[in-house]
Amino acid sequence: MSDLAVTTSWYLVLGALLFLIGGCGLLVRRNPLVMLMCVELMLNGVNLSFVAFADRFGDVNGHTVVLFVLVVAAAEVVVGLGLVVAVLRASPRATADDLSALRG
Amino acid sequence: MSGATLLAVADTAAGGFPLLNALIFVPAVGAAAVALLPRSRPDLARPLGTLFAAIAGALSLSLAWQFDAANAGFQFESIVSWIPALGISWHVGVDGISLWLVVLTSLVVPIVLAGVDPHHNPKPYTAWMLLLQAGSIGAFVALDLFVFFVMFEIVLVPMYLLIAGWGYEGRRYAAMKFFLFTMAGSALLLVAIVATAVLGSPDSGITFDLVTLATTQGLARNTARLCFVAFAIAFLVKVPVVPLHTWLPDAHTEAPTAGSVVLAAVMLKLGTYGLLRFGLYLFPEASAWAAPVLVTVGVVGVIWGAIAAAMQRDLKRLVAYSSVAHMGFIVLGIFAFTAQAVGGGVIQMVNHGVSTGALFLLVGMLYERRHTRQIDELAGIQSAAPVFAGIFTVMMLSSIGVPGLNGFVGEFLILIGSFETRRWWTVIAATGVILAALYLLWAYQRVFHGPPAGADRTTPDLRWGELATLAPFVVAAVALGVYPKPLLNAVEPAADELLKHFELYSGFDVPDPRDPVVVRDSSDSSGEHADPGHSDPGHSEDGH
Amino acid sequence: MVELVWLIPALPLVGFAVLLLGGPRLGEPRAGWLATAASAGSFLFTVITFGGLLGLDAATVGGAGGHGGRWHTSTLFEWMPIGGLEVDAALLVDPLSMTMALFVTGVGTLIHLYSVGYMHSDPKYSKFFLYLNLFLFSMLMLVLGDNLVVTFLGWEGVGTCSYLLISFWHERPTAATAGKKAFVTNRIGDFGFMIATFLLWTTLGTVSYSGLAATAPNLASGTATAVSLLLLLAAAGKSAQLPLYVWLPDAMEGPTPVSAMVHAATMVTAGVYLLVRLNPVLTDDALLIIAIVGAATALFAALGAVAQHDIKKVLAYSTVSQLGYMFLAIGSGAYVAAIFHVITHAFFKGLLFLGSGSVIHGMGDEQDMRKMGALRMAMPITAATFIVGWLAIAGVPPLSGFWSKDEILLAAWEQPDIGPLLWLVGLVTALLTAYYMSRQTFLVFFGGQRWDDKVHPHESPATMTLPLVVLAGAAIVGGAVNLPLVGDWLVLEHFLEPVFAHPHQFASGTATKLILALVATAAAVGGIAIAVGAWLRSRIPTQRLEPALLENVFYVDASISKFVGGPGTAAFEAAAQADKRFVDGAVDGVGSLVRLVGRMVRPLQSGYLRHYASGIAIGAIVLVLWMALRIAL
Repeated sequence: MSDLAVTTSWYLVLGALLFLIGGCGLLVRRNPLVMLMCVELMLNGVNLSFVAFADRFGDVNGHTVVLFVLVVAAAEVVVGLGLVVAVLRASPRATADDLSALRG
Repeated sequence: MSGATLLAVADTAAGGFPLLNALIFVPAVGAAAVALLPRSRPDLARPLGTLFAAIAGALSLSLAWQFDAANAGFQFESIVSWIPALGISWHVGVDGISLWLVVLTSLVVPIVLAGVDPHHNPKPYTAWMLLLQAGSIGAFVALDLFVFFVMFEIVLVPMYLLIAGWGYEGRRYAAMKFFLFTMAGSALLLVAIVATAVLGSPDSGITFDLVTLATTQGLARNTARLCFVAFAIAFLVKVPVVPLHTWLPDAHTEAPTAGSVVLAAVMLKLGTYGLLRFGLYLFPEASAWAAPVLVTVGVVGVIWGAIAAAMQRDLKRLVAYSSVAHMGFIVLGIFAFTAQAVGGGVIQMVNHGVSTGALFLLVGMLYERRHTRQIDELAGIQSAAPVFAGIFTVMMLSSIGVPGLNGFVGEFLILIGSFETRRWWTVIAATGVILAALYLLWAYQRVFHGPPAGADRTTPDLRWGELATLAPFVVAAVALGVYPKPLLNAVEPAADELLKHFELYSGFDVPDPRDPVVVRDSSDSSGEHADPGHSDPGHSEDGH
Repeated sequence: MVELVWLIPALPLVGFAVLLLGGPRLGEPRAGWLATAASAGSFLFTVITFGGLLGLDAATVGGAGGHGGRWHTSTLFEWMPIGGLEVDAALLVDPLSMTMALFVTGVGTLIHLYSVGYMHSDPKYSKFFLYLNLFLFSMLMLVLGDNLVVTFLGWEGVGTCSYLLISFWHERPTAATAGKKAFVTNRIGDFGFMIATFLLWTTLGTVSYSGLAATAPNLASGTATAVSLLLLLAAAGKSAQLPLYVWLPDAMEGPTPVSAMVHAATMVTAGVYLLVRLNPVLTDDALLIIAIVGAATALFAALGAVAQHDIKKVLAYSTVSQLGYMFLAIGSGAYVAAIFHVITHAFFKGLLFLGSGSVIHGMGDEQDMRKMGALRMAMPITAATFIVGWLAIAGVPPLSGFWSKDEILLAAWEQPDIGPLLWLVGLVTALLTAYYMSRQTFLVFFGGQRWDDKVHPHESPATMTLPLVVLAGAAIVGGAVNLPLVGDWLVLEHFLEPVFAHPHQFASGTATKLILALVATAAAVGGIAIAVGAWLRSRIPTQRLEPALLENVFYVDASISKFVGGPGTAAFEAAAQADKRFVDGAVDGVGSLVRLVGRMVRPLQSGYLRHYASGIAIGAIVLVLWMALRIAL
């Protein structure tokens, strides 16, 4: 059973997978809401890695960073979601490509 | 730290009424007060703003009154620690060099606020003018590099907004050009300030204090020279010297009248004042090293500005170019390193403010009447508006440097002082005196003389209000020309002190005119001393 | 009484101030009388001060610079004290300054009085007197100044007033241009004045005349010559010598009293005064150059005067020519002769100008002599006094002009280097002077009537004729102050002697003096004779006496105008364009460059979120690969 022991690597692989999924989703999806969720996914992938390392090395700093990230993510969701909802309310079928007013 | 606490702390620190802090904060508070006026009463903005500016003006007069002319050091000092970790403190003080610039700034702003109508949006206009006044006074009294930089930058924003908001046709372009030019200089200034403080502070710890840094002289020679170059470029842009001057004609021409006046009277002086306070004082050796270049640049400015002025078709642009020429004299004076030249430079800063400021006011009034500044479109104004023409003549003669009016005193002292150390430069600069007569009289002839045609004949003469606005300038022009002694008395000890400091650290031999070598170039045998009965000039005094 | 000297300039200044504030309200003629009273009061105080000066013992030893006891400095206040520079607002009472002040206020008062009538019904009546009083004040500061800087104050002041007065009728473009030209040309001279002041101060450490007189012997000769030549430049500007004379003929655009006062009697002699005042500094080399400049100017301007048609232009060129005589005297070391001629010239040239003004006034503003003639019937007083002036300037003994001119010619003769040549030039000038002045007198007052019947010439009012009569008297007997040929009657010479570092001594014997005087008289008579032959008797065809070359005064003025208007303006314009194109162009170029780069990189900002995201992703992958590679290697 020992070879099935859940080592740190598992967490890291999972974190990387979450990050990758989030990243690919961000790149391929057009719905701003979904894109925002993908960003959350990426953040949490990174969080998982931090927690895993913190556990592995017994360093509390990893936990601290995660807490910071959670707060930032929460703030980001508030603002981002607010913006996205406002945009979707104005034009319900809007995609991220329609929001290209900042083109140079 | 808010202004209120600063005031309170400074009070205890200086042990008296913190006059300089009050001078900075009264207009600043005034700006806030004007900004907070209800939107329904824009008509209150200018009276209220004028009141605050005038309070500052009154304070500056009391400052001049209490100033001890015999004291060469900084007076009315107040030091409050601001950012202790970096050695930054709110350190202000005034000496004979900055005193009259403070007075000039404090008096010019209320006059133009009261006398010049912005035509629209008086509330922000007044607020910006007050902030400009606060920042300029702050820059003149700052004795901490960081505080100086903050003030130097604060001045920039209101002026940008005044030009862009209340200017003439090309205001956007002019404002942007002005801003970019000075910001480019400021970037260098910031780097140099940080470098000077970090590398040049005494062993006891980092400090931005000007006096400490200047007396420590902790920078290696080449570092000091580099820093000086950065400082000098920032200030030379502001002066401005050729070839960094092209923002000035645009800014002056497009700025509203009040903006032009303050720009000429106050802001250009930040450059020359900076060269004295943060060039000569902070980097004596580097100043001596760079002096030949700077003197040349000054003389080139005198000639180039005059030639360019002669060919302008826009009267306001012509006055702007004449500024370039006049400021070139000051640069020459500062880097001639004699008591007369440096003192004359300081006096010339004030005088240029008076005469060019008044000329800008006059051109503004002409524009109000005729809606043109093109010399070609005007003629024979003197027939219709003799009083206007008369005052223009007086200020023009002052600008030309006719003795008896203020312009002569500064120019003469600069030239006679520079002649000792920079003979040939001075000779070339003196030809600028001929050119000044040429371009101003030519312009005057085209605008005021000749037969009036059409609208020229009905150009109204000055109104009482306008006369009252101009009167202080005329009075100052005559008073400073006839009796400049009070100014000189205050300037002289400070200039001497500065030059002593400069001589100590630069190794430059400042000629001491108190001990004139009677025959400095005696090369032939005919230069024998006169017989004793003749060689005592004291006899002229006790001859009666 | 010498302490009252400050009142001399103070009175015209007060007059100026009153007229400035209340001139238009005073109106005509009160403004004129006020100004005249100020001037007369000034003259009165000059006389009082002069009496005080005479009261001082000339023989007292110990005055500054060996001036004897007749030397008083009255310091009003410190003007520009800084460092070792001590510039006081101080007035100097000595024989030279008093001599100048006496005739300046004296002639000035007469011309003020004359103007009361002449400026009658001019719309800017009070302003004219305002300027006139300011001019008198400046002129007095010039001659009474105790140091170079106060003199410079007066120097520039008279220049400014000259500008204001020449362009008095500023609606006439020619008047406006003439005023500007005068000021700018004078400024070229002022440049010399300033540099000379600087040079003296840096080498001698003083700018006061007493100090300069005491220390001048210590000057190295090279420096002294440089200073002298710079002073010559200054004097040439103010006193209209070659090559800076061009402004004076044009200055005749001003009202005639101005021409008489500013451009004949007082201001233009300031250059002579300056050189005489600073005589201790002048070196032999410089004196020779001064003499050459003076002689050349005298001859050149006399030739110019020969063929003018404007009544005032003749007198203007004549003034330039006479000033050349004064410079010739200075250059020959005969300072007293120069001052002597300054005084007599003030009398007879002031008289001639005022006379011409009277003619212009009576003729209804006609200045062309070809449209005059036979005016002696219509205006007898003017004609009589004008004739006195004519004979005086022509050098007919015993009128004042003869004495002063004779002394100059004698001094020139004795000039050690090229004396006889200078004398010859002076003699030819004397002949020409007699000729052109006779021509003018005949054209205006004699011969047939050439004016339109619509014009009604009339004699001028008493305010105008009285000064004429007084000046005519002075022009007749003025020579009495310094009669060289009659025993030891050299009042002016002895009075002024203490002022000079090297008093001039005439070396020639009485016989030489007499012969020279006779030759000069013969030249004068010869000149008059030619004029009689040409203009009264028509024996000599007059056209041949007036070639276009002389009428246009060798085209000097035209050439200068052409140069200034052509290549000069073009060069300035080119510089101004360079400022716009290259200097400002470079600035705008930087702006354009930034904009260009911006335009090139702008497409990178597509506005599509996924583009940015893929950019980040690709960047991250590249970064990771790079790090992996570094570890692997």
